[in-house]
Amino acid sequence: MIQHLVDGILVGSILSLGAIGLTMVMHMLRFANFSHAELLSIGAYCALVFDGVFKALYPPLGNVVGPLSLTWALTLSILISMTITAASAILIDLLVFKRVRSKGGELSMVFASFGVAMIIRNVLGLMFGLQAKLYSQDIVFAVVLSHDPLLLVKPDQIFSLVAALLIMVILHLVLAHTTFGYALRAVAENPNLSQVSGINLNRMIILIWIIGGGLAAAAGVFYGLTNQINPVLGRDLLLPIFAATIVGGIGSIYGAAMGGFLVGIASNLALLILPSGYSPAVPFLIILAVLIVRPTGFFGEERA
Amino acid sequence: MIGLISYLVFFTTVAAILSIAVLGLNLQWGNSGLFNGGVVAFFGAGAYTTLILGGTPQEAHLGGYQLFYPLALAGGMVAAGVMAWVVGILTLRLRHDYLAIATFGVAVAFENLMRNAEWLAGGAQGLRGFERPLHAWLGDGFTYNALFLIFVLLLLIGTYLFLQRLILSPFGRLLRAIREDEIAARSLGKNPARIRLTAFVIGSVIMGLAGGLYATFYAFISPQDVLPILTFQIWAMLIVGGAGNARGAVAGAFLIWAAWTASGWGLSRFAPVDLQLYTGSIQFVLIGLVIVGMLLWRPQGLFPEKLVVSQSGRH
Amino acid sequence: MTDHALQASDITAGYLPDLPILKGVSLNAAQAKVTVIIGPNGAGKSTLIKAMAGLVKVSDGQVLLQGQDITNPRPDEMGARGVAYVPQSDNIFRSLTIRQNLELVLRRARGERAAKLEALFQQFPPLAQKRNQKAGALSGGQRQFLAVAMALAINPSVILMDEPSAGLSPKAAQEVLEHAKSLTEKGVTIVLVEQNVKQALRLADHCYILADGRNQLDGSAADLLDDPVVGQIYLGGKRVAS
Ligand SMILES: Nc1ncnc2c1ncn2[C@@H]1O[C@H](COP(=O)(O)OP(=O)(O)OP(=O)(O)O)[C@@H](O)[C@H]1O
Ligand SMILES: [Mg+2]
Repeated sequence: MIQHLVDGILVGSILSLGAIGLTMVMHMLRFANFSHAELLSIGAYCALVFDGVFKALYPPLGNVVGPLSLTWALTLSILISMTITAASAILIDLLVFKRVRSKGGELSMVFASFGVAMIIRNVLGLMFGLQAKLYSQDIVFAVVLSHDPLLLVKPDQIFSLVAALLIMVILHLVLAHTTFGYALRAVAENPNLSQVSGINLNRMIILIWIIGGGLAAAAGVFYGLTNQINPVLGRDLLLPIFAATIVGGIGSIYGAAMGGFLVGIASNLALLILPSGYSPAVPFLIILAVLIVRPTGFFGEERA
Repeated sequence: MIGLISYLVFFTTVAAILSIAVLGLNLQWGNSGLFNGGVVAFFGAGAYTTLILGGTPQEAHLGGYQLFYPLALAGGMVAAGVMAWVVGILTLRLRHDYLAIATFGVAVAFENLMRNAEWLAGGAQGLRGFERPLHAWLGDGFTYNALFLIFVLLLLIGTYLFLQRLILSPFGRLLRAIREDEIAARSLGKNPARIRLTAFVIGSVIMGLAGGLYATFYAFISPQDVLPILTFQIWAMLIVGGAGNARGAVAGAFLIWAAWTASGWGLSRFAPVDLQLYTGSIQFVLIGLVIVGMLLWRPQGLFPEKLVVSQSGRH
Repeated sequence: MTDHALQASDITAGYLPDLPILKGVSLNAAQAKVTVIIGPNGAGKSTLIKAMAGLVKVSDGQVLLQGQDITNPRPDEMGARGVAYVPQSDNIFRSLTIRQNLELVLRRARGERAAKLEALFQQFPPLAQKRNQKAGALSGGQRQFLAVAMALAINPSVILMDEPSAGLSPKAAQEVLEHAKSLTEKGVTIVLVEQNVKQALRLADHCYILADGRNQLDGSAADLLDDPVVGQIYLGGKRVAS
C-alpha cells in the first residue's frame, strides 16, 4: 500500500512534467497534441547520446554522483537534452503544425499530431533499435526506508522526484512573479486581448514549445533513469499524461501538475485490486471518472 | 493463375471491409467534424461481439451462443454503437479535444481488456470456435470466398447508399449547418450535441459492421487485430480519399490497403534478414508521412469532389 | 501634416474573405478631440475600430496614423505606435490581479515600471485599493476603469474605445465618459463608440453615424443635435430596426 503510494508519487512527478507542457500547448493552440509524449522519448534518447559523448570526451565525467547511478555526464546531458528537445518542438511546429494551422485546418492538427507521433516513434526505433536501453548498467540497490511496512526506494527515484519538483517550483515562480508569466497566462485566457496588450503571439507560441519541450525532455530522462528507455516510451506515457491534463482541466497549468500526481498515484493504487496487466487501461478509467463527475477538471481556471 | 485470382478475392474482401469502416469514419469526420482517435475500438467491438454471439460454446471464456449469423452481426453493431454512445455523451458537449482523447483512450483500454481478460474473450490467444455462416454447404474453398466477397460488396454498396441518403436528408443538412456555424444552429433551437452524438453513434455502428465482417472472414479475432495501427490506416484511407467524399473514401481505402500490403511484401522480400524486425517501423513511418504529407500538400485528398463541403471555408 | 491624428479612408473590411462588413467607410479623428461613432446594432462600429487596431483585415482603403499609412498593422505593435484600444467586452484579464494586468502592459518599461504603476493607481484610487485582487472580481464600472487604465499605461496619443459605458449604471457611465473627455486636455485623441446617443453627442466634438457598414451621416456634435432626422431616429426614442 505505502509502497504503491510512494511509487505513484514518483511516477506522478514525471507525468506532471509532461502534462504541464501538454496542457499549455493544448490551450494555446487548441488541439490535442498526440505527439507531445514523443518529446519525452526524444529527450530520453538525446540524453543517452550525449551521456556517451561526454564520457568518451572526458572519462572522469563517467563517475557517479553520490549514491545515484546518475553520472556527471548524464547530469550535463539533461540540460543539453532539454535544449535540443525544445528546439525539436519548435522545428516540428515550423515544419508541420504551423503550416497546417495557417491553412485554417484547426481540427486537422490532431491528425497531423498523430502522424508526427508515428514518424518520431518509429524513426527513433530505427535509429536506436527496438530493444530497451539503460543509462547505466550498474545495479543500484534500493534503499530500505522501512521494513514494516516494507518500503523500498532507489536513490535515482528520489533524485528524479526532487529535480521534477524543483523544475515545477521554478516554473511556478516564473508564472506567478514575472511579466513573462503574466503574459503566458494572459495569452491562455484571451489571445486577442493579449495581442492588443502588445504581446506577440508567434513569439509566445515558440516560448510555449520551449517550455513544453524542455519539461518533456526532463521527464523523459527521469523516466529512463528510473525505468528504461525504449522507442515506445512516449506511446506508453501518452494516455496517462492526457489523463493528467483532463483531471486538472485542459489549460490549467497547476491542474496539470496536480493531475500528474493524481494519475500516478491512482494508477499505482489500482494495482492493489487489478492484475498488473490492466495498468495501461487505468488512465482511461480515470478520464471516464473525471468526465462523469466533473468534466471541466478539478482545478479548472476561468477561461475566455 | 487461380492463385492470383484467389489472392485478388482475398485482397478485395479485406479492402472492401476496410472501406466500410472508412465510410463510417467519413460520416464522423468528413461530414460532422468529429475526431475519432479510436476507430479500432469500435471495429473491435463489432468483431468480438459477432464472434461471441455467433460462435460455438467455448471452455474458458464467454461465447457460444450460436446465434443466427445476421443477428450476431447486428449484435456486434449494437455493441459498437453502445460504446460510442457512452463516449459521446460524456464528451460531445465539451471542447473537441476531449472526444479525441477519450476515443483514443477507449482504443487503448479495449485492446488492453481483450489482451488480459481471458474469461471474456480468450485473452492474448484470441477468440476461436466460430464457424463461418453456411460453411457446411459451401465448404472453405474458393467458392466460399467469392460468395463472401459478393456479400461484403453488397453491404459496402448498401452502406454507401444509406449514407448518401442520410447526408441529403434534413438530418444531413443539420449536420452541415452545425459544422459550419454551431452558434447559429443552436439559435435555431437545435441541439448540436444531440445531433453530433447521433452522427457519432451511426458512424461507429458502421465501423462495428466492418469489424464483424472482418472477424467473420477470418473466423478468428485476437488482440493483434485491434492494434492502434488499424486506426491510422483507416484515417490515412480517408485523408487520401478526401474527407467528406464517400466515393473518394472507398478509393482511398483500396489505394492505401494496396500500398500497405505491397510495401509489407516488398520489405519482407527484399530487406536484409537482420532488418526484418524493422519492416514494421518503416511501414509506420511511411503511413505517418502519408498522413502528414496529405495534410500539408493536399488536404482535400487525391479525389476531390466537385461539391466539397470545404473545411477551409471558414477561414 | 494634417490635424487628423487617425484617419480611415474608404475602407472595406470583414471577418471572412468574401463577406465585407465595412463597405467603404471613412473616418477622420481630429487631434486632441473626441470623435464618436454611433449607429444601430450590427452597423459595423466595432468592426471599424478593430480594423483600425489591426484586428480585422482591411481588404481595400487605407488607415493613416498622423498621416502615415499603417493599414493592416500587427495588433501587438499598435501600442508602440501610440495607439491604445479598449475592446467592447472581455477587455481585462480576469485571471490576473489588477496589478498584474497593469504590469503586463507596462512590461516594456523596465526601470520606470513601479513609478508608472503608482501614477496610474493615483489616477484611479478605487483600483489602488484592490490592486492584489483578481480582476475578475471587479464590478462592471471598475473593470472599465481598469481597461482604461491599461490603455493609458502606454501613454498613447490615440485611444480607441468600444462602448466603454455599456452595462454600467448611469453614474458610472458618466464617470467613465467624463474621464475620457478629460484626457483630450492632455492632447490625447479619443475615438469612441457609444450607444447612448444623447450622452455621446453631449461629449463629442465630431460624430459619425454608421449604418449597414457605410457612412450614413457625420458632422459636428452640435449640428447633429439639431438635425431633425437624427433627432427623430436617435433621440426620439424610436430606434432603427437592427
Ligand atoms: N468575429 C466575427 N466573425 C464574423 N462576423 C462578425 C464577427 N463579429 C461581428 N461580426 C458581424 O459583423 C457585423 C457588424 O458587427 P459589429 O460588431 O461591428 O457591429 P456593432 O456596430 O459594433 O454592433 P453592436 O452595437 O451590437 O456592438 C455583424 O453583422 C456581425 O454579425
Ligand atoms: Mg460593437
